[in-house]
Amino acid sequence: MKKYAIYGKLSRGFRKGYRYITLIFLTLLCIFPFYLLLVNATRAHVDIQRGFSILPGKSLVMNVVNVLGNETILIVRGMLNSALVSTLTVVLSVYFSVMTAYAIHAYDFKLKKAAFHFILLVMTIPTQVSALGFVKMITAMNLKDSFVPLIIPAIVAPSCVFFMKQYMESSLPLEIIEAARIDGSGEFHTFNQIILPIMKPAVAVQAIFGFVSSWNNYFTPSLVLTKAEMKTLPLWIAYLRSADFTKFDMGQLYMMIAFSIFPVIVVYLLLSKFIVQGVTLGSVKG
Amino acid sequence: MSVSNRLSKKKNKKVSYTKWGYIFLLPFFLVYCVFSLIPMLSTFYYSFFENYMSGLKTIGPTFVGFDNFVKLFTEADLLKYFENTIIMWILGFVPQIAVSLLLAAWFTNNRLKLKASGFFKTVIYMPNLIMASAFSMLFFTLFSNNGPVNMMLVDAGIISEPIHYMSSTVGARSLIAMMNFLMWFGNTTILLMAGMMGIDPALFEAAEVDGASSSQVFRTITMPLLKPILAYVMVTSLIGGLQMFDLPQILTNGKGGPDRTTMTLIMYLNNHLYSKNYGMAGALSVIIFIVTGALSVLVFKMLSAQREER
Repeated sequence: MKKYAIYGKLSRGFRKGYRYITLIFLTLLCIFPFYLLLVNATRAHVDIQRGFSILPGKSLVMNVVNVLGNETILIVRGMLNSALVSTLTVVLSVYFSVMTAYAIHAYDFKLKKAAFHFILLVMTIPTQVSALGFVKMITAMNLKDSFVPLIIPAIVAPSCVFFMKQYMESSLPLEIIEAARIDGSGEFHTFNQIILPIMKPAVAVQAIFGFVSSWNNYFTPSLVLTKAEMKTLPLWIAYLRSADFTKFDMGQLYMMIAFSIFPVIVVYLLLSKFIVQGVTLGSVKG
Repeated sequence: MSVSNRLSKKKNKKVSYTKWGYIFLLPFFLVYCVFSLIPMLSTFYYSFFENYMSGLKTIGPTFVGFDNFVKLFTEADLLKYFENTIIMWILGFVPQIAVSLLLAAWFTNNRLKLKASGFFKTVIYMPNLIMASAFSMLFFTLFSNNGPVNMMLVDAGIISEPIHYMSSTVGARSLIAMMNFLMWFGNTTILLMAGMMGIDPALFEAAEVDGASSSQVFRTITMPLLKPILAYVMVTSLIGGLQMFDLPQILTNGKGGPDRTTMTLIMYLNNHLYSKNYGMAGALSVIIFIVTGALSVLVFKMLSAQREER
């Protein structure tokens, strides 16, 4: 204690210093892999083979052109497929999650509590345990190599329902619904025209998370999609890994990885404020 | 509470709207039954049958009772894969929780007045949104025998020979644990911060008046009050860890190398699905369901305990 008083200023400076050093170290750890990716995606195959570089190369355009022109690995097609699946997934999961949460929040019925508890339980069951039955079923329904089995199940998004329910508890007074009823608005009309617009902030947060998790999803699509023109991005990444590396243009390879990582980083940097706040909103609160 | 009072007062009016509650719940439960519940039950059903491909011939399905389960525990390496999964989870989780606690304490400590904390939070959360399969592919190329990391270390004179990370058990497991750590410590930091900000500031002020140091405050006030959230974070992370798939699958090309020491439970399930060994896949699914189910009940209890507190 005495020592602390004497060297107070000095030690406080040092203590602050080591905090910043730790933070900067962790920041570098988080950024460095992506920086190396950026560097190598801009270098030609021969340069990458020759040695390590900390500075970007000059082959950015060449690598992009090569990736776009690659006729076996359809990365752009994969991106379009991923974008299509993710967009439809998000629309369905957000819309129906608000609807499900609204049913529990706004109406009084016998099974209300049971339904909510059931949804919470569904949230904790991993999708993988039903994978076998799922694959057999979609094969029997002739839905293999179709986006339908990836999109329709998105209607069931229990964690999104939970988030919406939390948000409604804090910012959806039931008086609004009463008022709408007095004005003669039907229940379905009230939901679409009045409730959904009020839920916009929560919808925005969940749309981002939903899109990203669908964009990144690998397990289920790998069981459903086999045709090249149907594959989503993560499946192409898995394909890259299984390909023969000795024959591969490394510049192109890094560029393909960059294609699947950097769009998300750009979107994240634009919306980071939303996202970082959103992480805590839907989870437990202290 | 005022909401439910209001609801009971207007009970007469409410009755006519009851059916709408069920109507709005219908899409969720209908899709759940078709795409999750029925597949899950049929998965469990298959677990009691011998049904696999031998060459081009299909064997079964023949009812064999609990034979598949017995086989999983005796002939197959189920316990080994369970151990792999848990080891890799622990290797990632221990540094994750330690770093997250430290960072959350710093970010929420008003006395420290850390600059640029918004920037740091943004950066450390970022890896959580990256496609796990692409992240794993990136690590595979960066840490390959003649990849940039080895080249850099050789150039710097730290090592003389490239390290073969992927061909040693420790190396491969550490890479997977490191990716898990990078992807999740930002998320955990933010969750713990929310927990810490929920602690009554008067407690911190009182400690400050009494002359407690930062580490004393952390040990005697923050940690005990944070226990419920810590437990929640740990159990949910364990549930996530048991489902570990994308990272080791891509890093090892589905082989779980070297010598299947990075093969996780879900990778094993995936292998059975691809080789069309439906009986074993079913039995494995049941086991994963039971283990995660037990853990989930724990989380469920924590959540409802917290809801009641409020």
